[in-house]
Parts: sequence; C-alpha cells; structure tokens
Amino acid sequence: MPASRPSLITGLAILLVGLSLASLAIGPAPISALAAAKALVSDQGSASVVVREIRLPRTILAILVGWIFGLTGAGLQGLLRNPLADTAVFGAPQAAALGAVLVLYFGLVGALSWALPLAAIAGALLSIGLVVAVAGRSATVVVLVLAGLAIGSLAGAGTSLAISLSPNPFAVTEIVFWLLGSFEDRSIAHVWLALPFILAASVLVLAAAPSLRALALGEETARSLGVDVRRLRLLIVAGAAVGTGASVAVAGSIGFVGLVAPHLVRPFVGYDPARTLVPAGLAGAVLLLAADCAVRLIPSGTEVRIGVLTAILGVPLFLWVIARRKAELAETPA
Amino acid sequence: MKRLAARALSVDLGRRRALSGVDLALESGRFTVIVGPNGAGKTTLLRSLAGLIPPGGGTVALDGAPVHRMRGPDRARAIAYLPQSGGVAWPLAVRQVVALGCLPHGERPDALSEAGRRAVADAMAAADVQDFADRPATELSGGERARVLLARALATKAPVLLADEPVAALDPRHELMVLEVLRAQARAGALVVAIMHNLTLAARFADEIVLLDRGRLRAHAPPVEVFTPDQLAASFGIRAHVSQEEGGLVVVAESPLPQA
Repeated sequence: MPASRPSLITGLAILLVGLSLASLAIGPAPISALAAAKALVSDQGSASVVVREIRLPRTILAILVGWIFGLTGAGLQGLLRNPLADTAVFGAPQAAALGAVLVLYFGLVGALSWALPLAAIAGALLSIGLVVAVAGRSATVVVLVLAGLAIGSLAGAGTSLAISLSPNPFAVTEIVFWLLGSFEDRSIAHVWLALPFILAASVLVLAAAPSLRALALGEETARSLGVDVRRLRLLIVAGAAVGTGASVAVAGSIGFVGLVAPHLVRPFVGYDPARTLVPAGLAGAVLLLAADCAVRLIPSGTEVRIGVLTAILGVPLFLWVIARRKAELAETPA
Repeated sequence: MKRLAARALSVDLGRRRALSGVDLALESGRFTVIVGPNGAGKTTLLRSLAGLIPPGGGTVALDGAPVHRMRGPDRARAIAYLPQSGGVAWPLAVRQVVALGCLPHGERPDALSEAGRRAVADAMAAADVQDFADRPATELSGGERARVLLARALATKAPVLLADEPVAALDPRHELMVLEVLRAQARAGALVVAIMHNLTLAARFADEIVLLDRGRLRAHAPPVEVFTPDQLAASFGIRAHVSQEEGGLVVVAESPLPQA
C-alpha cells in the first residue's frame, strides 16, 4: 500500500497541470491550449492579456481554494474522527461570508482590503470553534451535522439580511456570489490577498499531521502516546478557519470540496489520517479546478455558480456516507 | 527497576471527589489488579497514574518525577496506557495500528526503523495477532480488537503498562490469553496494572490486589489477604463465598447485602 501514495500524488499533480492548461484555454475568447500556454510565457498581444489577467488568476485561485478546502477537510475529519466533518458541513463558509459581507456592505472597507479576509476568518473561526466545542470529544454524526446546519443556515440568512439592508442599492445582486461562490472576474490582486493566509493555514494543518495519526485511537490513547491534544485541536481549527476565511473572502462560499476530496484519496493511503492530508489537498484542487472549467463550458445566460456544481457533487456523497453510517445514527439517543 | 507511587493523591472530577488520600506504591515485576465497585474511582486512579489527569492534591511520581509534569513523549516512552473499550476510527490495517505504539520513539508508522519493526513484530507475537496483521482494524471482532490494542500498548516498549478493563467483553478463552500476556510482561520485568471486575481471575493472576471503594484505598495486599468475606461485604456489599482450590482462590458472589 505505501508504494501507491507517491504515484497517487504524481497522478494528481499531472491531472492538475492538465486541468490548469485547460482552464487557461477555456473561456469566451477562443484560444487553444497551446496558444494559451504560449500567451502565458510570451507576449502574444490580446491573447496574453486574456490569459494572464483573466484566466490565470482564476486558475490559481481555484487551485489554492481547492487545495486548502481539501486539506482542511481531511484535517477536520482526522481531528473529529468522523468522515462527515468538513468546514462546509459546519457552516463555516456561510459564516465567513457573513463576516466579509458585514464589513464590506456597510462601507467599512473596500473589496480588496486586508480587513475582508480577516473578517471572514473571524466568521469561520466562530462557526468551526462552535461546532468543535459543541461536538466535543464524542462527536456523533447527528450532533455534528445538526450544529453545522443550524450555524450555516443562520449565517446564510444573516448574509442575505446584511446585503438587503446595505445602503448600496446594487449590493443585492451580489448575494448570489457570497452564498454560492464564483471565480469569475477575479484578478491577480485577489490571489495576493488570499495567498498568505492559505499558506499559513497549510502550515498549521500540516504541522498537526503526526499527531493526527495517534488520534485515530481516540483522545485518551493519543494523550498517552505523548500527543498534546489541545495543541492539535488548536492547529486544525485555526488552520481551517484561516483557510476558509481567506478563500471565502475572494471566492464566496463554496461547499463540499473538503468533504469529497479526502474520501477520494483515503483508500489509496491506507486510511492513515496523516497520509491523507496532502493527497486530499491535491484532490481538492483538481476537483475545484475541474468544476470551474465545467461552469465555463455549461451553456447558460450567466455563468453557473461554482457552489451549485460542488453541491451537486458533494451532497450525494454526503448522503451516501450517512447511509453507510446509519447504525451510528440509530444508536444516538434522540 | 521502576517505582510508581501515589502519595496522598486526591482527584476531583467536576464537583465530585473521585479519589481522596490514596497512598500507593507499585514496583517493577509485579502484576497489580485494581478492583472495586462501580464508581469507586478505579479509572480515575489509573488515569492519574498514567499522568493523564493532574492530581487535585498529593502527587503521582515515577521514580521521583511527577508524571503529569513529564514531557508528553518522555511520559509516553515510560508509561503505556490502554483505555477502556478503545476503538479505532479508521479502517487502518492491524499492523499500522500496532505501529502507532512506536510514535513516542519518534518513529513514523509507515517507515519504521529496524528497532521499530522488531518492537511491532514482538508485540504482535505476544498478543497473538499476526494472523490478521493486514486486516482493517475496524472489521475485527471485539476479542481480536482488544488484543490488537493491547499489542499497540506493548509496542511502546514502556516499562510501565496500565490497562483499564483489558478483559471486559472478552470470552473466557481470550480473557485468559490477555491475562497471560499481562502476567508475562510483569514476569519479564514490567510494572503492570490492570482494572478488572472478575474477582476469581484477579485472584488467580494478580501478584497484588488494590481494593478501592468510594475513592479511598481499602487494601493493597496479595489476593488471599484482600478477598475475605468481610472485606467483600464491606466494599462490594455482597455476601461472598471464598475458597482455596487447586488452581487458586475462588471468589463467588452469592447475594447482595441490604444497603447499610
């Protein structure tokens, strides 16, 4: 089994490169993949402008956001020893969006201010911290999902309310962006805004890797093996909040990538929660980039929001996992 | 030679006083069994000895060093702890689960050193789990899983082994097998402590019995001295029949005594 992990990572990386090329080539202006690659590295006039300033930021953002969602999803699943854990299930993207919307639409800051990701991170931290605290050490599926559902719904409603009450009359059209997410019209400035936070979040989650392994045997055993469980929880919750907040601040709430990605790679890494992290991040990047290519290909008046697509992919998987863990659900006292 | 000692140990769980004034000294090469009625503080005592909960009063020290202040990895290399009815969260292969015991030695379970591989192989042989080394740990029967988790604890190579009800929910054959492993560890020089409810088996396997009742230490002595009808009546509230037979002591609970 260990031999399959490097080939899995290589395979995902190759897939990611291929999808990146496709992502640079797909769009209203017809540019072939080869021409797109050429336009990226050398000056090809208008093609270069399109590829470098419109499609490149979008591609990079989809990779970054997908990576951090996959990574934090795997981290949270390991922390709570529950395959249903994910920032999206915890309502974190909606809460992050609420944080961002509150500072943005009341004219406190501009759309490219550092305050935007910080407010989104605060929102995400609140929701993830709340769910992890409520779920505590004996996180049953029911408690996790219900707590997340409640927080997500509340934050989603809060976002709509805040935008509706905004003094800016055009703000209402942006509810869709904040609730369903999009990589449309993102600039390289958005990449610079999110990148430092996403790197920091990756460091936090990856630092927790060795301890996650011991946690597979439960908190008591992990502590008896010398793991500082409080530090571990802090690292992952902080990493998940920072990563989600930064992502949502530039791309709106996009759900379910973090739920799906770890499931796809887990069988290939022998179910070891530490070895799941990096492949899950890569799988998340592949998924989100593929979804972003797909929304540009679906013929429609306005671009289909990417959160719609990730939900269509993610919710059936979510239900499938619940169905497989029905025994656990039945045992939970009502 | 290790010496694990509690002095005037008191522990509060929430508002409830779980242990009060426990003085206890344990040494290498002995298999000690902790018995006592439900809620007597057995698990709390074991977790305190393992350094997993800080004492409210008094101290727990391993060779003079307070265990709850030891650095995590140092403590983990010195004391192996096997919690009650532990589970495995992911379908990890049995060999991987056992290899987690090498974590305190700075080993990576997927790339063990020679010493680590030997520790895992020895532990799997001692707990007799080699036959299903490559099966997912989540698909094992209760008895198999208990032995895998025991092997995990053995793989830490710690000179102190603390096990919370290691034979709960095991059939008689597996019960005996696990107890034999624990006794063998003690004979090989480890300091072994286990919590048990089966008094006859405790009497047959243990070198010393620790009797706890309502958070206090009632007795710490060889089984014959602890398992007397009077002591069992006072602590467990039962009328018990105790007899000495060929294989050792037999303790049979006959009827509950009216609550005093």
